Amino acid sequence: MSKIRVLVGTKKGAFILTSDGKRKQWEVSGPHFAGWEIYHLKGSPTEPNRIYASQTSGWFGQIVQRSDDGGKTWDTPGGGAAPSPDGMPRGESNKFVYEGEVGKHLWYDGTQHPWEFKRVWHMEPSLTDPDTVYAGVEDAAIFKTTNGGKTWQELPGLRNAKGNLWQPGAGGMAVHTIVLDPKNEKRIFVAISAAGVFRTDDGGQTWRPANKGLKSPYALPDPDAEVGHCVHRIAMHRSRPGVLFMQKHWDVMRSDNAGESWQEVSGNLPSDFGFPIDVHFHEPETVYVVPIKSDSEHYPPDGKLRVYRSKTGGNEWEPLTKGLPQKDCYVNVLRDAMAVDALEPCGIYFGTTGGQVYASADSGDSWDAIVHDLPSVLSVEVQTLP
Amino acid sequence: MIRVVLPFHLRTLARVDGEVQVEVGSPATMRGVLDALETRYPVLRGTIRDHVTLRRRPFIRFFACEEDMSNEPPETKLPEAVVKGTEPFLVVGAMAGG
Repeated sequence: MSKIRVLVGTKKGAFILTSDGKRKQWEVSGPHFAGWEIYHLKGSPTEPNRIYASQTSGWFGQIVQRSDDGGKTWDTPGGGAAPSPDGMPRGESNKFVYEGEVGKHLWYDGTQHPWEFKRVWHMEPSLTDPDTVYAGVEDAAIFKTTNGGKTWQELPGLRNAKGNLWQPGAGGMAVHTIVLDPKNEKRIFVAISAAGVFRTDDGGQTWRPANKGLKSPYALPDPDAEVGHCVHRIAMHRSRPGVLFMQKHWDVMRSDNAGESWQEVSGNLPSDFGFPIDVHFHEPETVYVVPIKSDSEHYPPDGKLRVYRSKTGGNEWEPLTKGLPQKDCYVNVLRDAMAVDALEPCGIYFGTTGGQVYASADSGDSWDAIVHDLPSVLSVEVQTLP
Repeated sequence: MIRVVLPFHLRTLARVDGEVQVEVGSPATMRGVLDALETRYPVLRGTIRDHVTLRRRPFIRFFACEEDMSNEPPETKLPEAVVKGTEPFLVVGAMAGG
C-alpha cells in the first residue's frame, strides 16, 4: 500500500507526518531544527528520500539542510567538520551571494535600495536530477545548485527583468514560487511579491515578465504595468503545463497560454484575496483556494475556515466545510502551505498559522486535522511513496 | 587554546556540547578566533558574520572578561585571560525579537 509523507515547515521547526494510504492514522516526527524558522521542505521527485530544507533565523542567518533517508537524519551538504576530499570550501551550502553588481530595486519611499539576501523561501528540486535544486530567496532572486546543495549560484538573468522596478510587499520581496515545466526542462515560472510572474524558456539564462492581464489598481496606476503585481502563488497541473492558476493579492486568475496573458476567474468566491492555490492531482480543471477576508485582516470571512473548490477551472466555486471550523476561526493559510497527494481519491492538505494541519482523503469533501497545535505553519508539501 | 562559548543554536548546528577550543596564532585577535572557529566548524560560516563582508551579524554579540567587544575592530587583541584560557570568549545571540 502507498504511504504518505507530509513535510511541514513552521516558525519553530520542521515536522514530518506519515500515514499509510488510508490517511486516517498519522505519526508525527519532530520538531526537527527546533526553534528555527523552517520556511520550506521539499523532496526530490526522483529520489523521494532526498529532502531539502530551508532553515533560517533572524540571529544566525540561512542554513540549508539535506536528508537522504526521508527526514530521519539531516546534514548540511557542505558543512561537515571533516576536510573536504575534493578541496571544496566547506560551509558553502549556506552561502547565497548575488552575482556581479548587487544592483538596486524600488524601495517603499520611491528611492532605489540595494539587494540584500535575507533567507530562502522556497526549494524546488529538479524533476529529473536529485542533485539539482532551485532556491527562491528574499530579496528576490533565484539560485541553483547542481551538487546536492553544496554550493549555490544565482541565475542573475531574473533580476535583469526590470528588477529595478520591483518593490517589497509587507512580507518582503521574495521569490516564493517556482514551477518547473514537466514537458520542457528549459521553461521555469517564478512568482515574486511584489513584482509578478516571470518566465524563462532557456533554463534560467533570460527571463521576461508574464503579467499581462493582471490588474492592481490600488498599487499600480498603469493598467498595463509589466511588473509590480503582488502575485501570491501560481499552480500548474503536470499534464497541462500551458495552463496556470494564480492567487493574487486580490483576484484569482488563469492563463491558458503559459503566462502570456491572464484572465480573472474569481467568480462567486466570498473574497478573492488569499494566499495558496493548488490543482487536483488527477483533474486538471479542479482547483482549490482558501479565501481570506482582506489584506487588512488576514483571516477567513465570518470566522469560517472554508476551502473553495472549482471543478470548472475557475469562476464556479463551491465551499468545502465538512470537518473544518465554522465559527470563531481566525487563522490564515500561507502561500506555500497547501499541497496535494497522488492517490485516488486525491488527498488535499493545508496548514494554518494556528498550527493545525488539515487533510482531506476525498478531494476536499471532508477534512480532519492531523495535528492541532504545531507552531505557526509556513509550508506544507506532500510526498506519495510506494 | 582559546575557549569559546557558543549560543545554544550554534552548538546544535556544530554538534558540540559545552565550550569549544580553538588554536589561534599570536597575536590572538577576534578575527583570529572567528577564522579558527569557522575552519574547525565550517557549518558556522555565515551564522556569526556575513559570508562576504565578514561583518558581525546584527543580533550576534561578542563578550570577553565581562566586556562587550561587539563593536571593536576585528583586529582587536583578546584580553590576556582569554589568550591564556582562564576566561572564555563568548559568542552571544542578542536578546532581541520574540
